[in-house]
Amino acid sequence: MSFDARLLEFGDDLRREGMALGTSELLDGFAALREVGWTEPVLFKEALAATIAKSPEDRRIFDLVFERFFFRAAEAQALERGVREGEGDGAAGGDADEGGELDFDALRAAVEAAVRAGDESAMRDLARLAIAAFGRRGEGSGVLGVDVQRIRRALGLKSEPGSVRAPDPGDPPAHVPLTREQIRRFERLLRRELERSQIERTLELPTSRPLNALDRALPSGPLQDLAAVHRVVAQLKRRLATQGHEARGHRKHAHVDVRRTMRASLQTGGVPVELKFRARRPRRPELYVLCDVSTSVTSASVFFLSVMHALHDTFRKMRSFVFVERISEVTDVFERERSFKAVSDAISKDAGVADVSGYTDYGRVWREFIASVEDDLHPRATVIVLGDARTNGRDPRADLFAGVAARAGRTFWLNPEPRLYWNYGDSVISAYEPHCEAYECWTTKQLEEFVKALTRPVR
Amino acid sequence: MAVEPASVEAVTAGLREAGYLPGASTALVAFLAVKLDKPILVEGPAGVGKTELAKALARYLDRELIRLQCYEGLDEAKAMYEWNYRKQLLRIQAEREGEAWDQVHGDIFGEEFLLARPLLSAISTAEPVVLLIDEIDKTDQEFEAMLLELLSDFQITIPELGRIEARTQPVVLLTSNNSRELTEALKRRCLYLWLDYPTPEHELEIVRLHAPEIRADIAARIVEVIAMVRELDLKKPPSIAESIDWARALVLLGADDITPDVFRETMSIIVKHRTDLDIVSERVGLKLGLASSPA
Repeated sequence: MSFDARLLEFGDDLRREGMALGTSELLDGFAALREVGWTEPVLFKEALAATIAKSPEDRRIFDLVFERFFFRAAEAQALERGVREGEGDGAAGGDADEGGELDFDALRAAVEAAVRAGDESAMRDLARLAIAAFGRRGEGSGVLGVDVQRIRRALGLKSEPGSVRAPDPGDPPAHVPLTREQIRRFERLLRRELERSQIERTLELPTSRPLNALDRALPSGPLQDLAAVHRVVAQLKRRLATQGHEARGHRKHAHVDVRRTMRASLQTGGVPVELKFRARRPRRPELYVLCDVSTSVTSASVFFLSVMHALHDTFRKMRSFVFVERISEVTDVFERERSFKAVSDAISKDAGVADVSGYTDYGRVWREFIASVEDDLHPRATVIVLGDARTNGRDPRADLFAGVAARAGRTFWLNPEPRLYWNYGDSVISAYEPHCEAYECWTTKQLEEFVKALTRPVR
Repeated sequence: MAVEPASVEAVTAGLREAGYLPGASTALVAFLAVKLDKPILVEGPAGVGKTELAKALARYLDRELIRLQCYEGLDEAKAMYEWNYRKQLLRIQAEREGEAWDQVHGDIFGEEFLLARPLLSAISTAEPVVLLIDEIDKTDQEFEAMLLELLSDFQITIPELGRIEARTQPVVLLTSNNSRELTEALKRRCLYLWLDYPTPEHELEIVRLHAPEIRADIAARIVEVIAMVRELDLKKPPSIAESIDWARALVLLGADDITPDVFRETMSIIVKHRTDLDIVSERVGLKLGLASSPA
């Protein structure tokens, strides 16, 4: 197959992983390769990356797909020509057949040392050895991921739960637990080698699986595809960002500041040569978003957090809060972290949601919210509450909520439950509904409806 | 005369000579940008040398650097062009009598009355330039849209004059601190370069280039400590610029080693938030104490 057709196929692969890849970008890729040549592997990859992957997330996907695609391409070539590695050096396979000849403990130690040192080629050799030793060649489970995990366990590779930092240089090396990243690198090599041996065995390529589920490692929302949420949220961003600007644009040169114009005209002998205009002061909307993260809305909170994340991208003046029993401000978490994953990690880990019982206490939430933003709430502010309004039998304190709504310009409530369930059980949304516009919102389509309402001009 | 790079290696060497140590992909992307006439979008955390890259590129290519600093509310009158209406008014007043309206009208919308702002001057100079559009993420989305014509076709349309095409092709760099998502349309027209904190070896080289008086072992210590500080969960992790500042400060102070005391006194050079200072002094100060006492 010709080279450019292969490259187009690669582009298709990237699109299937959800990257927005235009024809113009592919053309750029070709143009770039004309300049740097494609015999140099590093330049080849970097030139493609610079023209195709346009954000850190894209780059991550690009790297993964690149590896998969060109690795598989090499394998397919080898199959076509009937090359089999096992015939070349039967060493690894032979050892396993004889069994017991490998010293398992020595292997474990060697693997750990290599993983710790991050030595790529040593790890690859050891991965092969490990497959030979523990892999039960020929009778694997048939699912690569399962085999990889089984071998990892057999090798006794464990990462300290929750430790993702690099080891301290001060500590003696043997006591530092391996980081998750180090182990992941080894797992990747294991998977490659397993795939290779599988190809050799069956003489055909395994079907390529989408990366989404396995390698992207975004928190998975049970409600729906997270990518879909992000797409709508991206639309939302654009709508919110362009909202109201047209009015501002027309008004720009409408008001002549007479006083300043007269003053400036003194320079030119009283002839108003230079007109001075009133500075335009864009009215920036201010947002206050409160998000319920208690257990009753677990499935919806990923959705909600991604909405908050998108809002933060658009609004400079925005404060966000998460609450369970009490409320805590997470504005600076969102401002510091750009990636959604980092944000949700930070919030779940150390946002410090005071959570004693795990049950939402709306009354207390309103009281604390009012205490923390009382002076800042004004008629141009918009308050958005994301929650199911289930108070677990506690007092809803609608009077406090009414106070919030009265002070703010507009108040919205997004409820992740179908309207049918509202006000059944401990849901008290009817107490709040008179004071705000309530929307059911658990799909991206409903989110769009809400966006329309939100961006309606303020009167 | 402007330099025309021949290969990626030539760009690497040239940038080095201009006082900038490029990473692996930096030189490649710069080379492609010159060859393909495409703008580069440079993203990355603050202080990893995004702006510096543009300056070095201008020095290496021997071109003038035109810089447009973006901010919220930047509009085309400040970025592209503006009609010099004072001059236009004077022109009308000076020749009030005896001239047909058509003539005056044709006259006052000529290039003579145009004030070129950075974007217009970047494409209308006689010699090719390097155009740096700094912190594009600070502007509104409308401004991005306005840039599109310039970035893809290197031309600007002025309603009264028509299309102004580029006399020379500038090398364009856009930098962004990634504080908001840029539009797809803009990204599509650019080559993408992500600059991250450098590897320790690379950073060591950079520090020694910019603070040549520093002792090798202290420079190594600096890089090591900075890497340690970046690991912490800080509001603003120290950038390359801060490592260089710190190295210079230590040279001035004549420090022999980074002891906990020295560190505590000079810490404010690398960490610039009240809360960050507390975290760093607690975590790193302790580590330094442990590391230096047995040695």
